[in-house]
Parts: sequence; C-alpha cells; structure tokens
Amino acid sequence: MSLSSDPRWGEALAHLPDYLGNHVRVSLAALALGLAASLPLAIVTRNRPAPRGVLLALASIVQTVPGLALLALFYPLLLAAASVTLAWFGISFSAFGFLPAMLALALYSMLPVLRNGITGLNGIDPALIEAAKGVGMTARQSLVMVELPLALPVMMAGIRTAAVWVIGTATLSTPIGQTSLGNYIFAGLQTQNWVFVLFGCFASALLALAVDQLLGLIESGLRRRSRVRMALGAGGIVALVAATLVPTMGRSAQGYVVGAKTFAEQYVLSALLRERLQAAGLSATARSGLGSSVIFAALKAGDIDLYVDYSGTLWANQLHRTDIKPRAELLAELKTTLAKENITLLGELGFENAYALVIPKKRAEALGIRTIADLAAHAPTLSIAGDYEFFSRPEWAALQKAYGLQFRAQRQMQPDFMYAAVASGEVDVIAGYTSDGLIAKYDLVALDDPRQAIPPYDAILLLAPKRAGDERLQAALRPLLDKIDITTMREANLRASGNDANSSPDAVARWLWEKTGRR
Amino acid sequence: MPSRPMIGYAHVTKSFGALKAVDDLSLDIAEGEFVAIVGGSGSGKTTLLRLANRLIEADGGTITVEGEDVQNVDPVALRRRIGYVFQSGGLFPHLSVADNIGITPRLLGVPPSDIGARVDELLELVQLDRAAHRDRLPEALSGGQRQRVGVARALAAKPRIVLMDEPFGALDPLTRDALGDDYRSLHRSLGLTTVMITHDMTEAILLADRIAVMRSGKLLAQGTPAELSRSSDAYVLELLRTPRRQVERLNALLPHGGAA
Repeated sequence: MSLSSDPRWGEALAHLPDYLGNHVRVSLAALALGLAASLPLAIVTRNRPAPRGVLLALASIVQTVPGLALLALFYPLLLAAASVTLAWFGISFSAFGFLPAMLALALYSMLPVLRNGITGLNGIDPALIEAAKGVGMTARQSLVMVELPLALPVMMAGIRTAAVWVIGTATLSTPIGQTSLGNYIFAGLQTQNWVFVLFGCFASALLALAVDQLLGLIESGLRRRSRVRMALGAGGIVALVAATLVPTMGRSAQGYVVGAKTFAEQYVLSALLRERLQAAGLSATARSGLGSSVIFAALKAGDIDLYVDYSGTLWANQLHRTDIKPRAELLAELKTTLAKENITLLGELGFENAYALVIPKKRAEALGIRTIADLAAHAPTLSIAGDYEFFSRPEWAALQKAYGLQFRAQRQMQPDFMYAAVASGEVDVIAGYTSDGLIAKYDLVALDDPRQAIPPYDAILLLAPKRAGDERLQAALRPLLDKIDITTMREANLRASGNDANSSPDAVARWLWEKTGRR
Repeated sequence: MPSRPMIGYAHVTKSFGALKAVDDLSLDIAEGEFVAIVGGSGSGKTTLLRLANRLIEADGGTITVEGEDVQNVDPVALRRRIGYVFQSGGLFPHLSVADNIGITPRLLGVPPSDIGARVDELLELVQLDRAAHRDRLPEALSGGQRQRVGVARALAAKPRIVLMDEPFGALDPLTRDALGDDYRSLHRSLGLTTVMITHDMTEAILLADRIAVMRSGKLLAQGTPAELSRSSDAYVLELLRTPRRQVERLNALLPHGGAA
C-alpha cells in the first residue's frame, strides 16, 4: 500500500478539528496571559536597570527548563494549590489539562516579550522623548502616545518569537491532559504509527509558520507604517483563530473521558473503551498519552472518567506496599482501599501485564521447562537479560529468593531488543512483559510462576468517584470484563506495533472487540 | 525696558556634575522681543533655553515667565503654553503632519474639529500646501518642510512665547534664509516673544532685535548689534566681525556679488 493512500491519513484528518482547535486555544490563552504579564513589567522596569536585570535573568532561567519538564511541574503544583483552596475556601479547580498547560506556556512566552519590550522602549531616540515632554505631554501621555507606538515594531518581533515558541511547545502539553497536536506525535511514537507522527509534526510546523508569517506581516506593517500590511496580518490571524476554534465550539458536551497512559497497549484499550461506550449510545472522548503519575490523580479529581491500570502498579505506587500477596487477595484489598476514595474498581479485563521470565517455546519443550521452578535446575548454565531497572527491582529479589535462581551471566538490554536477542539465542532467558506482542511474534513462552514471586499485574478498569453510581456506564463496560485473555492482548499489541493501516489503535481496538465480542 | 519682563532670569545657576552650564546668569526678555542667544558649543545656550519651560530644573536663582515664578507653575501646563521648536524638528515619526501640528491642542482637550481648522490655518501660515502635506508622515518631507511643520506645531496652541533651539541649523543656506525671514514676519504679525539659540552670528544679526552672547555659562554681553559693536570684550567683537569678514572674502572671490 502506498503512503498516500494509507487510510491512517484519513483517520488523522478526522482528529484535526479537535486537536488543532485545542492547540490554538491553549496557545492563544498562554500568549495572551504571557503578554499581559510581560508588557507591564517591561514598561515598569524600562528605566530601572537593577529589577530589569533580575527579571530578565529569571525569564532566562525559565527558558532553560526543558518544555516537557516545565509543563509536568505545573500539574503537581496546581494540584497542591487546588487542595489548599478547597480546604480554605471550599473552592476547587481542575489542575489537569488546560490550566497547567496555559500557565506553563505563558511562563515560557515571557522572555522574548520582555526582552524585546525593554529593547524597544530603550531604543527610542531620546530627542523624541524630550520633544514629547516639550509639547506638553505628561509621562503617561508620552508613554502611550509616543514611546509605545515607536517601540511597537520591536515588541511585535518579540511577540512573534513567543508565538512560535508557544505553538511548538504546546505539542508537549499532551501528557498533562491538554489535547493538542502533540496527541498525534505521542500516540504515533508509542504505537509506531509514523503517519500520525508526521501528521502531527507537519500540522504544528505549518501552524507555527502561518502565525509567524502573519505576525511578520503586522510587524513589517508597523515598521513601514503600512496600514494595508497591518490589516492583512491582523485579518489573517483573526481568520486563522476563528477557523480553528469555531469547529470545536458547541462540542462542549464531551461525555465520558477515557484516559490512557503512554504506551501502545493503553492506546488500544482506551480506543476499545471509547468504542464500547459509543456503541452503547454514550458519547465518549479519549485523553491519551497521560503521564502515569498524572493519570491516577486525574481520575481521582474527576478530570477523566475511566481508564485501565494494573493492580501491581497501584499496589506499589498508590498504596505504597512492598509486600506481595496472592492475586485474589491483592485485588480484594485494592478494591476496598480504592473504594474509600470513592474510586470504583469495576473488574479485571482478563490479562496481566507483568514481568515474566521468557524463553523460546522450542527450547522450553526441548529442555522440558514449563515453570520457573523447572528453569532453576538449568539456570547455572544459562544467561539472562532484563531491562535497565529489572535487576534492581523487588521482583528480581523475590524470584531469586523463591526459586534459588542462579544464572551464569546477566545482561541489561533495551526492551525492544530483548525479544529478538532471546529468539536468536544471543541470551537464553529474558525478563519480558507478559502482554508484549513480541512474545507471540518470536514464538516465545512466558514461564509460570507457581510460587507467586512476581506480584500480579492484572489489567483493571477504574472509574472516577463521580461515576460510582453510574449504571449506564457500568452496564456498557461489563461485557469487556474477563474477556481479553493474554494471547489475545499479545496479538493486539503485536498488531499495534506494526506500521501499516491496520495498526492504528482504533483499528486494533475494532479487531479486539470482534475477537472478544464473539465469545 | 518694561517693568515686567516676559521671561526673566535672575542669578540663575545650573550645574551638571562639576560643569557649571549656567553660572549666576541674569537676563530679562521683554514682551514682543526677538532675542538670539549666541555662543560656542558647550557655552550653556541650550540649558538656558530649557530652564524657561522646566525641561531642566535650575539649581539656584529665579526664573519668571509672564511675571510668575516657574517653580509655582505646573511644568506640564507651563510647557503647553510655551511654543518650542526643536533642533532638526523633533517631529513624531509615527504621526502625520496634521497630528504632529495638532498635538498640543489635543493635549489641552480642544475638540477635534477645531484642531482640524487650526491645523489648516497653521499650514497656510508656514506656507505649506494643505492638500499635499496634511496627511504625510514626517519621513516624506524635506528638511525645510519638516522645520516649517515644527514651527507650526510650536504655534498651534497660540502661545505668547516661542523658544527655538537652533531651529534652522541643519538646513541648506537657501531654505534657511527663507525660513528665517518667514519666521521673523510671523513673530511680528502674531506679536510673539521669541528666544532663539544659534551659533551663526549672521543669522542672529539679521533676525534678532537683541543678541545675548554666552561663554562658559556666563552672559558675556547683550544688546542690539550696534550696542554690541561698542563692547570692550575681545570675544564679542571677534564674533561680531565674523559676518563682515566673510563678506569681504566673498567679495574678493566674486567681485560683482556673484552676478556674471
């Protein structure tokens, strides 16, 4: 299939009004806020070198913080602020999505606006300021009637730079829950959908370029005092903003928001949940690519309505437990603990995404190995590979303790390469992930863990507190429970890791439903 | 000399750091007078002029305008009632000729229609074609036209006093001559009191009623050209002789006044 006739282009295009509209909205708000903060500061400090230096230094420091980190920082900050206002004034606000993205981007836009504002105001011919005084202007009249108009072209150049920065950086606001053109890029990178990656990059580059050119037109209009240029540039900006915002207006009734973390399996599952809700006549949108620390807090705060997490992850990260319990006990305890926070653990999907020791199926048959206990006898002659953190994780310590594992050699490896390495015999055993599609692709097998040394990582469906009594929602979701077995999920993940038309999360989700729905 | 001067300087002092720009200077300017202040660079001419409308504040002494101590007048109000013509125009580059001329009336709250009529009147007064120049930006004007607009702007709020800081210094000789003459007749017909800074003695002699010579912040001499020629100060006499000497040299080079 040629690249141009790939149906994923159409799929990407269908998302464009939503992604572009939200991208423009958050960029516009951030820029407006950045300007509102920077211009008065530039005016106030123009004749005061000391505070001006401090201000520019602070703005420069902000600029050195990577965009992704700056955006991520605002989420916990606002979350804390929201809990303070709730405790003190009984008012809470959403620390998710638009607000943190706008604030971080506004901060990001301040340096060029400040710098050019100050340069522009300081660069005015002193004779003209003297003339303004001489014809009888007050200091304020001189600022408004002479200094600001004369500094405007230089200021406009700063605004232009800020606009391009903000539009580019806004693509990084996806992980904190703000829909943007970054949704294409994050989803595309995780699911190896290069059509989406390209589409997202081109769309944001095009938007930045268009805004840059239009603001450039206004800037040159200001420089040459050409009203035609100014009007064309301003008209173009207004038209662009209107064209991108109007299609998303009146769509405020979003319905249920389905969250997803940043890896392929999560994209597929959130697409599946969304399609199920829509099939049940409920409107639903996806909020994908959320950081794993953001997503649980977002559910708790009601910013998203549902998502799929893994029991072992919540056990360790939210309950802060280090002990390991049998599967059913762990789930039961998790369910009661979450219920105290009004979070509904609706049930399991039927598969686990846990660490597992993996070897080629043929090798296992030849050696007569079915469980880790069987493996232990052969271990001293074998080598093992794991990802960068595996050998320092409690799972590894527990495995060694439970089975007395002792390997000839152990190596660390990039996760994507482990499966090929074990298939080719470069290593004998790997610590893989149970639901990884590559297990099926390379005809590998995950060994049983009869002594339950590895905690269970059951995929579980969580609902936000505000959906606790929502019967329609729960009825629509129940058909999914215990329907997705590990083999099916592996195949789904394998499909999603492909780079063809059938590998988009939506396509894989449809495949998954057809496969499980028939049972 | 009338009892109450239009502008009065009494023992005025102004220093910039260690430099005494104006040093215990006293000078009265009568209503209707055209006074030229002459002196070399750094003699304190510009400082003296700017003290009158409080663009610069004096360190000591008293300055009166129309009998009032300027320290008792709001500086912004003071500047609005004194016309000021800046060196090389000082026009606002982002405003049209009409907006530049109408700026002080606008600041005073004159209704826009009245300002429009006043602008037309002033363009005629400074002999600029209304249709051709009204809506132009300063950058589209010649140096002479710009300075005519500068004069019109200074006159817009009908001041009784006009201060001019080397107004014609940067112009070509022909334009300069014409502009000087034109202003001189405006000065007379409008009954203005004018103080003009110049470093050109010829211009001072041709335009001014009275000449004040400054050197190192002090008033060296003052009076009509005839009075100055009787001065005992060597520098004053040297300045005064310069125009004539130039004419003699010109006559030697062009015997028949330049006519073939």
